[in-house]
Amino acid sequence: MSNVLELVNVRKSFGPDVVLQDLSLQVPEHTATVLIGASGSGKSTLLRCINLLESIDDGQIFLDGQEISDPLINVDEVRRRLGMVFQSFNLFPHKTVLENITLSPIKVHGKSKDEANAHALHLLKRFDLADKADQYPDRLSGGQQQRVAIIRSLAVSPRLLLLDEVTSALDPVLVNEVLSAVRDLKSDGMTMVLATHEMGFATQVADEVCFLESGNVVERGSAEQVLHNPQNPKTQEFLKRVHQAGRL
Amino acid sequence: MSEKKSSAWSPSSRELERRKSRRRISRKQASIAAASSIFVLGTLAIILVSSPGWETVKATFFDIDYGREVFPTVVQGLWINLQLTFIGGAAIGVIALGLALLRTTKSPALTPFRFLATAYVDIFRGAPLILIILLVGFGVPALGLSGVSSNVIFLGTVAVVLTYSAYVAEVIRSGILSIHPSQRAAARSLGLTSGQTMRFVVLPQAIRRVVPPLLNDFVSLLKDTGLVSILGVTDAVRAAQINASRTFNYTPYVVAAILFLLITIPMTRYTDRAIRQRTSAQNSEGAI
Repeated sequence: MSNVLELVNVRKSFGPDVVLQDLSLQVPEHTATVLIGASGSGKSTLLRCINLLESIDDGQIFLDGQEISDPLINVDEVRRRLGMVFQSFNLFPHKTVLENITLSPIKVHGKSKDEANAHALHLLKRFDLADKADQYPDRLSGGQQQRVAIIRSLAVSPRLLLLDEVTSALDPVLVNEVLSAVRDLKSDGMTMVLATHEMGFATQVADEVCFLESGNVVERGSAEQVLHNPQNPKTQEFLKRVHQAGRL
Repeated sequence: MSEKKSSAWSPSSRELERRKSRRRISRKQASIAAASSIFVLGTLAIILVSSPGWETVKATFFDIDYGREVFPTVVQGLWINLQLTFIGGAAIGVIALGLALLRTTKSPALTPFRFLATAYVDIFRGAPLILIILLVGFGVPALGLSGVSSNVIFLGTVAVVLTYSAYVAEVIRSGILSIHPSQRAAARSLGLTSGQTMRFVVLPQAIRRVVPPLLNDFVSLLKDTGLVSILGVTDAVRAAQINASRTFNYTPYVVAAILFLLITIPMTRYTDRAIRQRTSAQNSEGAI
């Protein structure tokens, strides 16, 4: 199995704060890598670095074997192959659900409007949102907005989907509808990197779980190993706290 | 969304009592407002009418017959103001948008233009409009350049456009800067270039946000076109001035003022309503 994404000794700092240090990661095709860790452990920064929204200070990032951390790379071309879903949805409030989804297919990928609309409607139907196509995002619930955001990133058929705490802004009922959408993607074979605080969900979808602390991968392995039988004391401590908070 | 309303609802006796109290309160407030208005306005009117010079003022400022006589020439002048406002307004919109985009771009190729745009805005926002009108109106013809019109209406418009473009550019720029970076991040992560992000995501939201202040500038623009009269353009102000200086009766000024107000007051009311609608759509503050 070839790696869709590979990170080699990535380092990133904001001023004196080192956010990622010597971080390495391999994401084979059709697998889901789940990043867990306390807030500030570097999960979001890692995803933003992969998406080239942040530039790294050292190390290399490869997408399908091509080094995308090269400053000479065409950033827009790289991003066309990536999908990203944000914690706060970031839908475009002045565009309808359908327009949100078809913007990139039409303007970036050069699809015709009819083709893009048909594909978008197909995806909306699949995620039970067909009746929302002409609504503006403000009229939707948080869970619906986040599912639209997921569809928006899927509409360009990305090689790799990055999900940054996609359920953190939602109430427990809405969390489930979004998680079930992500589970569907997983069963479709979408390659994903997810940052999440939902440990039960991590167990369900993760092929590999990485526990991050202060920008280091402290422990990695299958969900069974890392979440249910952690070896590193830091992982144990983190999971104990999660457990106390009732999130496991 | 299907809204289910229980149609069989009738207000409770407590609710009916409350409504009665609310009506009583609002009646009381209305009568206080009326009494205070009558008192204040009445006092002002009495002071005005009983002042020693009132008869003279009435004759020289509010001469209805003379007002009727000069009305057509002042209206003709006002037509110039309106033309200046709409033609100038269109040019201002285009130039201001260009300036705002230049000032917010990060493209290295446009660095000198960004610098120039900043200098331009600093100069024309900081200098009094009347000076710009005088400098352009008298300075440009003095250069004797061939092919450059020395038509005072044209030069006056240019001066107003130069100044207002700087104001409006800042309004648009503030709108652009008010769009949250997460919107850009979302657009860029979808593969849109920075230009596409500006055009399809940032600018449409920014412009919507600054519509009220833009309407405000539009009202100011209409009033400030009156300043081109110093170049000898026969606009409403100039037409009034010609008549007033001929007869030493100042009624034409009052006529011009009323004509301006007839246009600007509905415009400002409309602007206020637009602002109110915008704020009520964005905030749900409730009854406060």
